[in-house]
Amino acid sequence: MYHAIVFFPLIGALLAGLFGRQLGPRVCEYITTGFLAFSALLSWGAFFEVPGSDHATRVQVATWFTAGDLVVDWAFRIDTLTVVMLVVVTTVSTLVHLYSVGYMAEDPHRPRFFAYLSLFTFAMLMLVTADNLVQMFFGWEGVGLASYLLIGFWYEKPSANAAAMKAFIVNRVGDFGFSLGIFLVFVLFGSVAFDGILPRAAEFKDATFHFLGYDWNAMTLACLLLFMGAMGKSAQFMLHTWLPDAMEGPTPVSALIHAATMVTAGVFMVARLSPLFEVAPNALIVVTVIGGITAFFAATIGMVQNDIKRVIAYSTCSQLGYMFVALGVGAYSAAVFHLFTHAFFKALLFLGAGSVIHAMHHEQDMRNMGALRRYIPFTSAMMTIGTLALIGFPFTAGYYSKDAIIEAAYASTRPGHTLAFLATVIAALMTSFYSWRLFFMTFEGPARWAGHGAAHHDDHHAAPASAHAHVAVQADGAPGHHEGVAHDDKGHDVEPASHSAIEHHDHAHTPHESPLVMTIPLAILAFGALFAGLIFKNRFIGEGMESFWGHALGHGPDNHIMHDIHSVPALVAYSPFIMLVIGFLLAFWMYIRRPELPGQLAAQQPSLYQFLLNKWYFDELYERIFVRPAKNFGKFLWKEGDGRVIDGLGPDGIATRVLDVTRGVVRLQTGYVYHYAFVMLIGVAAIISWYMLTGLPKVGH
Amino acid sequence: MFGLGILSGLLIVPLCGAAFILSLGDESESVKRNARWAALATTIVTFLLSLVAWGRFDPSTSSFQLVETHGWLAETIKFKLGVDGFSMPLILLTTFLMPFCIGASWLSVNTRVKEYFVAFLVLETTMIGVFQALDLVLFYLFFEAGLIPMFLIIGIWGGKRRIYASFKFFLYTLLGSVLMLLAIMAMYWHAGTTDIPTLLHTRFPVGMQYWLWLAFFASFAVKMPMWPVHTWLPDAHVEAPTAGSVILAGILLKMGGYGFIRISLPMFPDASAYFAPMVFALSVIAIIFTSLIALMQTDIKKLIAYSSVAHMGFVTLGLFTLNEQGIQGALFLMISHGIVSGALFVCVGVVYDRMHTREIAAYGGLVKRMPLYAAAMMVFTMANVGLPGTSGFVGEFLAMMGAFKANPTVAFFSVFGIILSAGYALWLYARVIYGKLEKPNLQGILDLDLREKIIIAPLVALTIYYGVHPAPILDTFAPSTEALMQSMKTALSNTQTAAVIPPVAR
Repeated sequence: MYHAIVFFPLIGALLAGLFGRQLGPRVCEYITTGFLAFSALLSWGAFFEVPGSDHATRVQVATWFTAGDLVVDWAFRIDTLTVVMLVVVTTVSTLVHLYSVGYMAEDPHRPRFFAYLSLFTFAMLMLVTADNLVQMFFGWEGVGLASYLLIGFWYEKPSANAAAMKAFIVNRVGDFGFSLGIFLVFVLFGSVAFDGILPRAAEFKDATFHFLGYDWNAMTLACLLLFMGAMGKSAQFMLHTWLPDAMEGPTPVSALIHAATMVTAGVFMVARLSPLFEVAPNALIVVTVIGGITAFFAATIGMVQNDIKRVIAYSTCSQLGYMFVALGVGAYSAAVFHLFTHAFFKALLFLGAGSVIHAMHHEQDMRNMGALRRYIPFTSAMMTIGTLALIGFPFTAGYYSKDAIIEAAYASTRPGHTLAFLATVIAALMTSFYSWRLFFMTFEGPARWAGHGAAHHDDHHAAPASAHAHVAVQADGAPGHHEGVAHDDKGHDVEPASHSAIEHHDHAHTPHESPLVMTIPLAILAFGALFAGLIFKNRFIGEGMESFWGHALGHGPDNHIMHDIHSVPALVAYSPFIMLVIGFLLAFWMYIRRPELPGQLAAQQPSLYQFLLNKWYFDELYERIFVRPAKNFGKFLWKEGDGRVIDGLGPDGIATRVLDVTRGVVRLQTGYVYHYAFVMLIGVAAIISWYMLTGLPKVGH
Repeated sequence: MFGLGILSGLLIVPLCGAAFILSLGDESESVKRNARWAALATTIVTFLLSLVAWGRFDPSTSSFQLVETHGWLAETIKFKLGVDGFSMPLILLTTFLMPFCIGASWLSVNTRVKEYFVAFLVLETTMIGVFQALDLVLFYLFFEAGLIPMFLIIGIWGGKRRIYASFKFFLYTLLGSVLMLLAIMAMYWHAGTTDIPTLLHTRFPVGMQYWLWLAFFASFAVKMPMWPVHTWLPDAHVEAPTAGSVILAGILLKMGGYGFIRISLPMFPDASAYFAPMVFALSVIAIIFTSLIALMQTDIKKLIAYSSVAHMGFVTLGLFTLNEQGIQGALFLMISHGIVSGALFVCVGVVYDRMHTREIAAYGGLVKRMPLYAAAMMVFTMANVGLPGTSGFVGEFLAMMGAFKANPTVAFFSVFGIILSAGYALWLYARVIYGKLEKPNLQGILDLDLREKIIIAPLVALTIYYGVHPAPILDTFAPSTEALMQSMKTALSNTQTAAVIPPVAR
């Protein structure tokens, strides 16, 4: 059964990828979506079957490689954590496949798109079912590849290519730590299989390891290195820069990869390795602090972005920070629960945003939206549900998981928890603010799109780019119409809408609701966003927790955090709700009652506004301290090192002399004579050697 | 057959093919065609023959197999051939790649066609010879003789600066080989034989080991090539015809690594342990520096050449970790790199044949007209980056893991290679394949034709197959690696105990 769950998406991907041209786009859509739906069904079956068993099931597929005492298998490890991830991945993936049938209907490269989507799902399933660190790394890099391919799906867009490369390379920085972490674990445990590592973690609690001139606590070092990988994949503070740019990809991709599944891989990894992290409390402090900072700082940026997808991207980043806070304070089940609920409502928000973008003919700038509720009521209702769940409105999915995290951060006694608590509470306020801001700018207020007379860009319509502007939306397979084919990279980041003419194509059509194939997935996700918390709360973090998780998560003997969260003061328990209300009122005030206020505020605080708008200047900073020096150094090594020093002193010097001499002596027309000369030289050398080897030794003996 | 074993056969078949091609008439179209087909047939027969040898080879032991000895120079220097777990995969790699080289030169070589294929076939004999030789003098002969056809291939059929490139190639390698020859003589005077199996069990005095090691190192380091004696490689690659680059990257570079594992490590264990830190330093410098240099290249072939130097850094790093993971990883990386870099050069050749330029800036947006080509190139790019699931990953990963066991600091620096390799490889891919197809002369460019598909498809398949299932190669290395580790371990512990008592004079 598990073979089927994991390999069906691969088969779908191979069929669509290799035979896409013969099968045609329609068939490819059916094949990939069908295979995934089947895989999802089986996953739900496993989800209701597996929890409760007290040990992980191991399914051996094949041996990958062995070298000395290192044995790496292709194998599945099935426990509660695995099946939770299986359900999340296959469900969201199936819905995204379905949604894409509608969303990508105009794209000429659909077989490729669906092949990539299924390939991604396969890699993600390999990651979550991994039985050892190296297979996990395989899935890890596999999802990275799929993400690279999908972000750069519209390969003609320079900004999409740049974003794809950035995503891959920043993730490689994380992998730098992940690899070293795997090596260290192997050196310590002599194994990379979870069965050989997790139960034995306590043995190495006080071991030390000498690395880069320091004596480290071995487990702390290993966990920190591994966590570096998690930071890259889950876009945590300092390694987050790729995630917002990843929004260059098609919107269903953002929903699947950059919200619901791939970016949560880091959370999954820490949860999977929780027995290791439990014996490395210092590493957990780092996890808490990084998580808290990310939750806070991503929310600050989310408040001022104008691109609808980027707001949600920063929101994702911030919510991942919440999950890491939970992991850091030892509330692993709360983290995974938030991962679970977040997958529903964040995928809902992204797909809803996709529906808006679809309705607006690929406009993503919220400043050019407004009043859409009247035109796309269903989408707006779904977005309302997603927003409520995200901000943690009582009894929605986010309410249960997020509140548990905030309470855990408060109840914890580990260093760093106060910072994490404050950061998550303040971030809750900001979450509510930017979510409602998004909602109001998009669905309420005056219509700011063209054709409503209020727009400021009608005069751009005659631009040459309108040649490839809007073909009627439902014209199947009409080529040349891509989500902002000629986007300019910085376009969305500047408050005065100084957009390129190309971006402003004809908005004169009335926004329209999306087709059924897109709205059905929205409805299913909305159901999850509303009720997933209510239904599963008890199992994930409530009374039934023990029997649900079994030994899948490694709570140490002193870790009572999930118990302690029930005894936090009432004010703490209500704080998320209070923040939610304040955030809502602020957003309402600023974007409905006094819409001129945000502009005034931005004008009053230009430096703060620019700081946030430019995302704390991380891109500029990295460009200056890493990218440019690396390039300059590379050039220096090439021109000066290889060119002047090595060649200058070595071959060129000698060769020039040789050439000068030969040229001076014999002026021949072709260069071939040199070759023959050298061949002869070798011959001479050979003869001399022969003499020496046959003649001389007799003297020696 | 005629008292010759299958290994001799592997040497003779290409020579027979070469002789046949030489016997063809002058430069007419039909002669050219016949020469091509004859060369292709010869290389395929050689490959099949090597498969037969592979079938008779028992991968579970570490001893030399299929050994044959013929009288040669004087009494002591024999024409002795044999294979073990280290050499067998390399021989297969050689015979496997040759037909692709012939295929890759099918249309692009139009002058002196006969001589071109003769040079390739002779080259094949010498390369196989290096991996089969069980006598140091024979090894040396093949090792150096391979230079001549390669020198000619670059010098005659190369690009604009071919003379400069071939000279540079020649000067570097000649310098190294002179020292190697001296070392071989010294070993002969000491041990009284040049028989490799005997020498493997000969203990050279530690002081002498240092000098011998350094002499061999000079030769192998140039062939690898290790930093700082690598500068011949980019020039040689840029000027060499496509097939020349494939052979250069695919096999000639592996001779250095083979030399280390066949001679330096087992025969001079003390010196190897002593000099390992130096090798580490040079390897790490190679990985980081040449990756950075690769980032700045504007010529496709030069970029891949520099990336080869970086990958060879992983090989030397792994070999001198002196543990199973490192050594097997390095050996596997040699095979994988042979396939992947060979394939990358074939891919460059495909567009070079169409556009006659290697400038990165001259391309862009190829995926629009060449989707198959783009897909194949993606597989090889990812293998070059070391993505798990491609053959590039297994070797690199094991080599780094071995390095971590041997020296974590070295491993720390070497892992920077995986970030930088992603940088240059994806940058190249994005520039050449992605983007808008805007350049007017690219508008009519055609996707892979049948010949190119036949060449590239098996390489794609192997790249992925060995990424998912590397066992056939990796397990072949295992017994020999184990035996090597064992002998080195005893040798090193002997040295420690014998430090007080001077070794008995022979």
